[in-house]
Amino acid sequence: MVEAKKIITPLTDEVIESLRAGDKVLLSGWVYTARDAAHKRMLEEHEKAGKLPFDVKGQVIYYVGPTPAKPGQVIGSAGPTTAYRMDKYTPKLHELGLKGTIGKGWRGQEVRESLKKYKAVYFAAYGGTAALLSKHITKVEMVAYEDLGPEAIRKLYFENFPVIVANDIYGGDVFEESQKKYRKLAI
Amino acid sequence: MREIDYTEIVKAVKEMVMDTEYRLPEDFIQAVRSSIDEEASSLGKEILQEILLNAEVAQREQVAYCQDTGYPVFFVEIGQDVRIVGGSIKEAINHAVRQATKEGYLRASLSYDPIFERKNTRDNTPALIYFDVVEGDKIRIKFAAKGGGSENQSKQAMLKPADGLEGVKRFILQCIANAGPNACPPFTVGVGIGGTFDYSAVLAKKALFRHIGERHPDPRIAALEEELLNLANQLGVGPLGFGGTTTAIDVKIEIAPCHIASLPVAVNIQCHAARHKEIEI
Repeated sequence: MVEAKKIITPLTDEVIESLRAGDKVLLSGWVYTARDAAHKRMLEEHEKAGKLPFDVKGQVIYYVGPTPAKPGQVIGSAGPTTAYRMDKYTPKLHELGLKGTIGKGWRGQEVRESLKKYKAVYFAAYGGTAALLSKHITKVEMVAYEDLGPEAIRKLYFENFPVIVANDIYGGDVFEESQKKYRKLAI
Repeated sequence: MREIDYTEIVKAVKEMVMDTEYRLPEDFIQAVRSSIDEEASSLGKEILQEILLNAEVAQREQVAYCQDTGYPVFFVEIGQDVRIVGGSIKEAINHAVRQATKEGYLRASLSYDPIFERKNTRDNTPALIYFDVVEGDKIRIKFAAKGGGSENQSKQAMLKPADGLEGVKRFILQCIANAGPNACPPFTVGVGIGGTFDYSAVLAKKALFRHIGERHPDPRIAALEEELLNLANQLGVGPLGFGGTTTAIDVKIEIAPCHIASLPVAVNIQCHAARHKEIEI
């Protein structure tokens, strides 16, 4: 098994240039959560007021809406949600300096181009393994939109959170490349 | 007439919902375990092991298997010799969902409306409940927690009778391939063929309650299930879409009579959070 690369947020161009689709990464440091409702509100506000609820420069957004924490837990179950639903908003965030996103599943063509143009990376986490993934989150802070409940923007502190580089800045796509190897039936 | 109390239903349904969220069905776990040896990709094997470990941790710590605790869907069969006292069964089920969400630390995952404000209902109600009246003096309640990721990749088509079996197979396999990494494979694929536009989708959802490996009693449908399972695992999708030979754990098909002009087919993709359970009161 290939050794995972250890990376700490925020992400630099140098780190992003070193990543290739298929690389295993253990991510540590602060990341921000946002999913459908937070993205919509965030970009509507940016359109009107010209600012975001947090500075996205160099940052990573994790597409997640966790379950509530039980007593004694830092956070509830916290696996990735499907990333393509955020495609409409992602290029704009890249333009504003966002360097990484974490989700599951394919990104559309527009996001793949945007990753190349703005030097950013899309990581995939193991979807549905939410009870395990939450063990790599050691701190949680509320950032904005608390009224959105599970969809609020929070800051999470990662300790060796396991992800795979899904799309890199060179046009690589882990899903396309790895599925091709095992495809005996094209439909 | 047998009387069943409202509070008895609330208690049983609440326990069923929480247990379903924390513990995957044993037949599904066994099937994933036995797929590891056959999986051709080493990353695929590793992912299948992570899935089993996640199931173990969720059950041991009594936490949600997946953060998307899903849209609560119920199929209720009420015996015609049963009388419910102390309140309506619909309210009892919603009451149970509300309690399970709070006491079970489940995520509130429903919006009041789909296209205006999309405000969260905060307690996972209203549940979707399908009712049926049957003979007898019991109530049978089936529960599925339907996650958005795999529900979003489910599809329905009104094919032409001339498309026939080949057209149906192509549609199902295309749906599985397109769902790919977005819907968290390995999948259980529920298929409904026939009925009307809406009923085909209900059949696809109901089909998912059958046990893994349990074939349809009609040998023609049983053979089709096996053929499609085999073909699905040649698509290359693999565990969580990272490539491999374990794309589907099972394919379950239900059929119904249909109009002479129609060939409805629906595919309900079920992710590896295969949360289904049934109880009898």
